Amino acid sequence: MTQSSDLRAEIDRIYREEYGRVVASLARRFGDLDIAEDAAAEALLIAIERWPSDGIPPNPGGWLTTTAGNRAIDRIRRESLRDTKHKAAMMITDDTPHEPTGPVEDDRLRLVFTCCHPALAPEARVALTLRLLGGLTVEEIARAFLVPETTMAQRITRAKAKIKAAHIPYRVPERDDVTDRLGAVLAVIYLVFNEGYLAGSGADPVRTELTAEAIRLGRILRQFLPDEGEVAGLLALMLLSESRRTARFAGGELVTLDEQDRSGWDRTLIDEGHTLVRECLARVAATSARPGPYQILAAINAVHTDTNDARDTDWSQVVALYDQLYAVTPTPIVALNRAVAVAELDGPDVALAIVDSLDLSGYHAWHATRADLLRRLGRSAEARGEYDAAIAATENPAETAYLARRRAHLVDPGA
Amino acid sequence: MTQYLLSVHGPSSVWDTPLEEAQPMYEATGKFNDELKTTDAWVFVGGLERPETATTVDGTGNDVIVTDGPYMETKEYLGGFWVIEAADLDAALKIAAEASKACGGKVEVRPFAGE
Repeated sequence: MTQSSDLRAEIDRIYREEYGRVVASLARRFGDLDIAEDAAAEALLIAIERWPSDGIPPNPGGWLTTTAGNRAIDRIRRESLRDTKHKAAMMITDDTPHEPTGPVEDDRLRLVFTCCHPALAPEARVALTLRLLGGLTVEEIARAFLVPETTMAQRITRAKAKIKAAHIPYRVPERDDVTDRLGAVLAVIYLVFNEGYLAGSGADPVRTELTAEAIRLGRILRQFLPDEGEVAGLLALMLLSESRRTARFAGGELVTLDEQDRSGWDRTLIDEGHTLVRECLARVAATSARPGPYQILAAINAVHTDTNDARDTDWSQVVALYDQLYAVTPTPIVALNRAVAVAELDGPDVALAIVDSLDLSGYHAWHATRADLLRRLGRSAEARGEYDAAIAATENPAETAYLARRRAHLVDPGA
Repeated sequence: MTQYLLSVHGPSSVWDTPLEEAQPMYEATGKFNDELKTTDAWVFVGGLERPETATTVDGTGNDVIVTDGPYMETKEYLGGFWVIEAADLDAALKIAAEASKACGGKVEVRPFAGE
C-alpha cells in the first residue's frame, strides 16, 4: 500500500517536472494548446495505469511525449473523420521524435515567449506560464494568487482563445521585434518569485512553491540564453534572495537583513549567485554595455551577502549601485530603497528628507521605512503613528508581527 | 496566413484639422501605404468621411428603418482602417507599429474570424 502510494507520488513528481516539456513539444507539433494539454493529461492516465506493472521507463519524459503525441494524433484523426478537417490531419506527418536536448528544449523557450506575449493581459501571462510551463494545476495557481478557481480558469481559457484566434506564434521573437519580449518574460518570472518571497496576503508569509518555480524557470531561460546579462542577473537576484529565506523568519516574524542569523544563509545558493554576478560584471566590462535593472539588483544583493556581519556591509557600494539603478529605472520605490542605504551611510536625518519627498503614502514599506528612521531619530510619537500606518497597509502576517514588536519597543516619550 | 483589421479611432475633431496641419500625416500615411502595397501583406486601405455622413439601416423588423448618423454616439469614431495579411500576430504588430507612426494615432489589431 505504502509502496503504491510512493509510486503514485513519484509519477506525479515526474509528470509535474516533464509537463512543460511535453506540452511545449506538442504545442509546436500540433499548433494547438488545448490538444497539447488534453493529450498530456491522457498520457498521465496511461502512465498511472501502466507504470506500476511495467515500471517507470528509463526516459519518462520521452515516454510521456510519445504517448501524448499518439493520443493527439488519434484525436485529430477522429475529428478529421467527423469534421473532414483534413488540414489538421496533415500535421500528423510531422513525426518529430522526442529528444532530451536540442529542439525540445527550444520548444519550452518558444512556449514561454507565447505565454508572456505583450498582447496578453499581465495577470494572464503569469497564470499561463505557471500552468503550461510550471505544470501547476488551475486550482494551485488560483490558491497562490488568492482568486476563485473559476476566475483563474476563465482567465486561462480566455488567454488561450486569444492565442489561437489572433495567431500569437510559438516561436522565439526576432531581435528586431517591436516590443521588449525578453523583458516581458523576465518580468513574469520575477513577479512569480516576489509573490512567493513576501506574499502580499494570506496566511503563509512565504510560498515556496512559487519561489521554487520562478527559480526553475529562471534556470531554464539561462540555459537557452546564456549570453543575456539580464537573464543571468535575474537568476542571480533570485538565488541570492532565496539564500536568505529561512533566516528571514523567526517565530512567525519577519527578520530584517541587519538582524538575520547569517549562519542560516544557504552558502551554495550564495556562491552560485556570486559567480553569476561576477560573470555579469565581466561582460559589462568587456562590452561596455549598460547593465539592466536585474543585474544591478543582483549586484546589490551580492554586496549584502558578501559579509558575515551586517556592520561590515559596504554601504557606499550599495548607494552607488542604487544610484545606477535609479538612472535606469527612476521609480519612487527605487528611491525609497536607496534612502534605506543612505541612512546607513549619511545618517537617518538625510534619509528621512529623501523619504518624505516621495509620494508613496499608500505603500506599506514607505511607512515602515519612515517609522524606522523616526525611531532612530528618537521621534517616538511620530514613529508610533507610522508603525500603525504600516501595519494597516500590509496583509503579510510576518511583517505585521515584526512591525508590532518594533512599535512595542519604542521608548515612551512620556515616561 | 491570417487577415487582420488594423483600425484607427479618433475624436470627431480630427476631421476638422486644417489641411496644412494634417498634411504631414497624409504624406506619411501615403508613403506607408505605397510601401505596404509592394508587399504580400497588402489587402485594403480606406479612410472614412466624418461620422455625421453615416446612415444607419435597421432591416431586422418588418419595415426597414433608416436613421441619420452613426450606429452609436461616442466620443471617438472609426476614422480609417487597413486589412492586412500576416503570418502571425507578431508580424501584424510590426506593421501596425509602422502604421501608427505614419497616421499619428493608436491602431487596434484584430484578427478576422478563421475559416
